[in-house]
Amino acid sequence: MTNDTAFDGRRWHDMGGTAAGPVPSDQHDFSLWEKRVDALMIIASGKGHFTVDGLRRVLEDMGEEAFETMTYYERWIASVNQNLIEAGVYTTSELAQRMTEVAARGPTYGEAASE
Amino acid sequence: MPHDHHDHLSPSGHPYRPDDDHPLTYWQQMEIAVRELLIEKGETTAQEIAAQIDAMDARTPSNGAAVVARAWTDPAFREALFEDASAATREMGFDIGPMRLIALENTPDTHNIVVCTLCSCYPRNLLGLPPDWYKSRAYRARTVKEPHKVLAEFGVILPDTTTIRVHDSTADMRYVVIPARPEGTEGWRAEKLAALVTRDSMIGTGLPKAADAA
Amino acid sequence: MSDRHYMRVRADMPPGHVRTPAYLRGKTGWVERTLGPFPNPEQLAYGHKGQPLPLLRVRFSMEEVWGPDVDRPHDTIDAEIYSHWLEPSEAPHAP
Repeated sequence: MTNDTAFDGRRWHDMGGTAAGPVPSDQHDFSLWEKRVDALMIIASGKGHFTVDGLRRVLEDMGEEAFETMTYYERWIASVNQNLIEAGVYTTSELAQRMTEVAARGPTYGEAASE
Repeated sequence: MPHDHHDHLSPSGHPYRPDDDHPLTYWQQMEIAVRELLIEKGETTAQEIAAQIDAMDARTPSNGAAVVARAWTDPAFREALFEDASAATREMGFDIGPMRLIALENTPDTHNIVVCTLCSCYPRNLLGLPPDWYKSRAYRARTVKEPHKVLAEFGVILPDTTTIRVHDSTADMRYVVIPARPEGTEGWRAEKLAALVTRDSMIGTGLPKAADAA
Repeated sequence: MSDRHYMRVRADMPPGHVRTPAYLRGKTGWVERTLGPFPNPEQLAYGHKGQPLPLLRVRFSMEEVWGPDVDRPHDTIDAEIYSHWLEPSEAPHAP
């Protein structure tokens, strides 16, 4: 049995020329939390902890399913976080404890986010 | 004052998505935690984050429209823009930072369209944040293969005699399309011309508004 | 056409972070303009210093990239390609 779908080396994110349907026209306005993600990326990369290339590399390595199931800024915060962990700015343990604490503050973003 | 406007309308005039009432997601949890850790470790401050959001909100397609309108009315600027767009736009107060800006001239013979097939590179300092469609699989996949069909979906039909030039933003360049000046706008001031310049016309998926649509 | 500098994009298919789109690999275009030097993103992506490399905008015809049966063969694609992905070449043969 031949493997008709043998990997040829083209990575999933390298989309130029691949099959696709109509360009979607829906557009959403950005939430505060999404703008915060964008700001954190600009600020943290500006401090030299990682580059936009590192951001892209992690986004690519997340795989195609992440592109299909997560929103743009969900993938971005995942990538920003991984880059910061790799840079040693904080540890997984510190993040874990803080995420648990954040979730305990309340069930909505408004309650969980400190101003 | 700086934080109040986040509670009502976004710059587009639509209400912010009602995150505050929706269940906290895992990724929102992560954003809050990451932000707080960065502040506690002295990497940033709440003020710096808020200022960055404000700066980003201030970047809208009206920046790019001002560049286009000036190119239409100031021949020396137009020449400088096509020679070195980074320098020409920096002189107007728009700094592209470490990237480099290239201005693409639309003519009767040539229509330019910009895409980033590999991710979502976009001239944010001139146009603000990219629209969702620019980041979509369909736009990234099809624009380099059948730009005329993508343009038709956007309502742009070009004559067979026009060459379409697609620009794939693969590295450190960022692109802004300078559309052709609409007919019937002789003598118009730059401010009035800028109102004809749409965001999509600077990406290449649209044309400027007609003079009588102003 | 004789003053064009034709370049062929290497047909390598490595893993990892590269900024040479797969649809252009093995294709021949001509230099539209020379840019750079810019640090190599393949190194920056992994937290290393990026070696400064010449970056070139290379222009390809649609027929070269997608074959002679395309609707509009003389439309073009311009992409920024780092020099280590490019080899000097001859003009693509006419079909």
